[in-house]
Amino acid sequence: MSPRRQLLSGRAKRRSALAAAMPLAGCDGPQSAFTGAGADAARALDLWSIMLAGGIAIVLLVLVVTLLALAGRGRARRAVASERTVLLAGLWLPVAVLSALLVYGFGLLEQAAADGESDLEIEVTAEQWWWRVVYRHEDGSSTETANELRIPVGRSVRLELHSADVIHSFWVPALAGKRDMIPGRVNELALAAGVPGTYRGQCAEYCGGAHALMSFYVVAEPTAAFNAWLERERADARIDDPAGAALFAAAGCGGCHAIRGTGNRAGIGPDLTHVGGRLSIGAGTLRVSGSGFVEWLRSHQSLKPGNRMPPFEALSDEDSARLAAFLESLR
Amino acid sequence: MLPSLSDERGPPNSWPRPAGEEEALRRIWQRPGGWRFPTAVNNTVIGALYLGAAFVFFVLAGILALLMRVQLASPGNEVVSQDLYNQLFTMHGTTMMFLFAVPAVEALGVLLLPQMLAARDLPFPRLGAFAVWAYIVGGVVFFSTIFYGLAPSGGWFMYPPLTTAEFSPGAGADFWLLGIGFIEISAIAGAIEIIVGTLRTRPPGMSLEKMPIFAWAMLVFAMMIVIAFPAVILATMFLEIERSFGWPFFSVDGGGDPLLWQHLFWFFGHPEVYIIFLPAAGLVSMIVPTIARAPLVGYRLIVVALVGTGFLSFGLWVHHMFATGLPALGLAFFSASSMAVAVPSGIQLFAWIATLARAERRIRLTTPALFILGMLAIFTIGGLTGVMVAMVPFDWQAHDSYFIVAHLHYVLIGGMVFPLFAAFHYWAPVVSRRRLSEAAGRWSFACMFVGFNVAFFPLHIAGLAGMPRRVWTYAGELGVGELNLVSTCGAFLLAAGILIFVIDLVRNFRFGIGEETNPWGGGTLEFLPQGVYSTRSIPRVTSREPLWDRPALALEVARGQHYLPNAPTGGRETLITSAIEARPEYVIQLPGPSWTQWIAAVFTAASFLLLTVKIVVPALVCGAIAIGACCAWAWQLDKGPGGGPVDIGGGIRVPVYMTGPAGHGWWAMVVLMFVAGSLYLAYLFSYLYIWTGAPEAWPSPSVLPPPGAAVAAIAALGAAVAAYVLAERGLDAGRRMSLLPWCVLLAALLLAAGVGIGLHAQWQAGVRPTASSYAALVYTDSLLNGQLAIAVLIMAGFTAARCWLGKVDLRRRACLENTGLLLRYTAAQAAVGQLLLHAFPRFV
Repeated sequence: MSPRRQLLSGRAKRRSALAAAMPLAGCDGPQSAFTGAGADAARALDLWSIMLAGGIAIVLLVLVVTLLALAGRGRARRAVASERTVLLAGLWLPVAVLSALLVYGFGLLEQAAADGESDLEIEVTAEQWWWRVVYRHEDGSSTETANELRIPVGRSVRLELHSADVIHSFWVPALAGKRDMIPGRVNELALAAGVPGTYRGQCAEYCGGAHALMSFYVVAEPTAAFNAWLERERADARIDDPAGAALFAAAGCGGCHAIRGTGNRAGIGPDLTHVGGRLSIGAGTLRVSGSGFVEWLRSHQSLKPGNRMPPFEALSDEDSARLAAFLESLR
Repeated sequence: MLPSLSDERGPPNSWPRPAGEEEALRRIWQRPGGWRFPTAVNNTVIGALYLGAAFVFFVLAGILALLMRVQLASPGNEVVSQDLYNQLFTMHGTTMMFLFAVPAVEALGVLLLPQMLAARDLPFPRLGAFAVWAYIVGGVVFFSTIFYGLAPSGGWFMYPPLTTAEFSPGAGADFWLLGIGFIEISAIAGAIEIIVGTLRTRPPGMSLEKMPIFAWAMLVFAMMIVIAFPAVILATMFLEIERSFGWPFFSVDGGGDPLLWQHLFWFFGHPEVYIIFLPAAGLVSMIVPTIARAPLVGYRLIVVALVGTGFLSFGLWVHHMFATGLPALGLAFFSASSMAVAVPSGIQLFAWIATLARAERRIRLTTPALFILGMLAIFTIGGLTGVMVAMVPFDWQAHDSYFIVAHLHYVLIGGMVFPLFAAFHYWAPVVSRRRLSEAAGRWSFACMFVGFNVAFFPLHIAGLAGMPRRVWTYAGELGVGELNLVSTCGAFLLAAGILIFVIDLVRNFRFGIGEETNPWGGGTLEFLPQGVYSTRSIPRVTSREPLWDRPALALEVARGQHYLPNAPTGGRETLITSAIEARPEYVIQLPGPSWTQWIAAVFTAASFLLLTVKIVVPALVCGAIAIGACCAWAWQLDKGPGGGPVDIGGGIRVPVYMTGPAGHGWWAMVVLMFVAGSLYLAYLFSYLYIWTGAPEAWPSPSVLPPPGAAVAAIAALGAAVAAYVLAERGLDAGRRMSLLPWCVLLAALLLAAGVGIGLHAQWQAGVRPTASSYAALVYTDSLLNGQLAIAVLIMAGFTAARCWLGKVDLRRRACLENTGLLLRYTAAQAAVGQLLLHAFPRFV
């Protein structure tokens, strides 16, 4: 284990312990900034802990001073009433505290800037309302997938963030702060997971219609498992169910979706080459399973109103089931 | 502890007063009743109407919030559809910010400032009435779009490209852009009124350093509106033009930049928060001394804090954009400035607490006191979370999450709504015949305070647990269901507190003048005995709390023993004093009730709203009617020096008419020029900003219009100013009076020609506004200059007509002067524009 990795995972473990100790709902959820499992998230969490403690101290100070003003007696009260106290507590104390905090914050910003170095690049493009994910290989080729990122644990990954339409924002609270995805610009974000796990992310900039249902998962796994996954993902689809493939084409799915290794090459909707091996359908709307695909095919417009996929209600129950089984088989 | 700084001199006027004096005042200042109510211009009527309308919008937007809270009570809930929810949060934010918060504080200014300054009215009563009616008509139509499903759904921040025609077809976004743009214009009208009012209608002796803190706060507030609002007006112009005519300001394909909107919007949007908070802080600084029965500790510090906040607030808009991928240096600068702005708030907080500590008797926890203490608690927490989100690494997590929702509600409800409720209870006796109930007030406070914290505290945690803002539903796996359920319960408790207040209002609030003039024992002038004419006479002021320091003052004022106890010109009047020392300068003749400003307001609103739904010809007709009504309204002003000088008491004789730099009209025109200047600076910023992002869109010098065109345009602009100066010189010398109107018209036409030559040259050179962001910006320059030139043309026609009818002479010349000011400004702005458009592309 490299020193950097040790540092990362050590910090991350401490953070998860902190999160587990917090008796508050949602703090240890899959999309929680209290997890602090990535370098950037861990910095934010450290900062938060310091500011929370400082904030509580200041609230107590204000409370005590107010109580003294309302019900205090003698010297203490006269002290509160003086203009010197106003200057001390209202001017000099904030200036000192804020300056210290600011210097600390600048240090954190410098650390964040140093995160950027990485040999693994992933291009993420946000579209209304899903995520196009492209892995770039060393030989110049690339592999497209959707709504899910797999990353190796303990290694910094450089994300190149694009938008195809409106402004979106990439946010995996457990791993890193958010970064906007703006048409005409390319933003970067360093993502690093200290501990293996499945983390949830979501679009954080209101992007119209189904903004609330634009999620994704980040799966962090050990390097060997990651490499094996990338190898599988890179390969074309293995078609075990030619009848299903024919139905896919006949139903018109290929008009928008690609399945590498078949004739379907359209790039409008998410690439479905290995969709059966992913965690979710419809950018985090449903879990991947046979019944999940059936449900999506039948009622995706009510599950995720306004999404760009045309309705497929005309599909018979039997065909839906066959299509779902085919999609599930694409692992 | 009452300071013994009392004025040993007797009052300036004798007593008893001549018979019939008060009756005359009462008759002159009578409020029109019945069907003539819309003609009313008295600040008490207009202010109460303004405040009432703002409060109605507060309740309506609050109901929208309750609907959202019901939807969010559990994960995967389906009470409200996605589309409706997106409209709900857009309308909630927009209504709260534009139709409630800014109008409410402006309304308090209109309602209370003249009383605090013991002026009979604000200096431009019809302008105030115009602003109120325009806001009411525009606001009601805008809000009602939610009932037809036509409401905008792009968020109150309206970020393009989501709000461009491609991604938001339909009229919703247009309603936002035109409706809100229009309401901003009404806010600017109010701001001009407030600036001139605070600086020029103070009572004799109330030098700036004796001015009540609320007046200071309103002065800073109004100046901030003058600087900030034009930025968002320009942004809304850009976006509406892009939506309607395809000029590419924001779309990347044409060389535009979506981030330009964010810069312009937040350059307005962040000061907006302080625009709302500063007046509320001013209210607190007025109420706290009365609660403590002691003068405010650190008066000067608080003034510095208010002004400092105003300045700093313009240097931190980028903290809304930390996640947009800006360079680290920029992040560091704006992080620092965002923290710095916490300091002035800290000073005010501890000054209020120190003032409470000065109380000699035990503090009675009356309803206003409770709301103030509630405010201290809530605002402190909101301020602290504000410091947290100013830290960039933390903001990357908190930004656009429910942590921000919690933070902003702590700041705005704590910083503005609680002080407002304190103010409602505290100042109700000034405008109501009855006080509000103390018992109801306590219950209302308890529900609101507990409800607020239960509703919003859990949302901090929900946000950090991963709940983004502006989501109509959320996944159960986030684990934030319980937090949201608790929050929804709190929201209803908060609403119950407000309902108690509304019931109390219905039971006890009776518009009028009560018996009890000073139930709280306040020390400032709004607690003087009031009549329909406001104050019976305008007091001579020698300290910051005149009612405490001169116990006889209320009686003396009510007897008419102070200044201007009568109506020497036979019409509505108040006293204009010098801006710093408040020495009496002249008596201003104020206009009375009229339909003109009401017609102007209603038809301006109609014109904007018809444009929204693209019904162009009736919109133009309405616009023409509105301009006609404005001319009719202005025709009755500029009354001339006829009846002066007059005696106002204490041996002081002052004129009843004043032009030039001492006149109130001149001041208002200068403020208007600042508004136009802010708008043009925002334009210059946009031009340079788009250039830095897309320099390739800028043409090579060879395809630019010939420099001769710029020379010709600038020559025409110079000739316009020369013609006007000639006209004014002729008037001064009393020669060639018959040429005066022709010179004025010629000057305006030369001005229009100067703008037209510049425009024509660009068109000839083949520049088309839809071609690129560069071209769109070139034509925006003409648009900005052109609208001013049209205004100058109308004003010149108006001035010429008055010349022909003998209403302009050597002394009665306010309208000639004001037209000249705007003409000069427009010529200068258009000349700068020519230099920019011709020189900049040649030198870069």
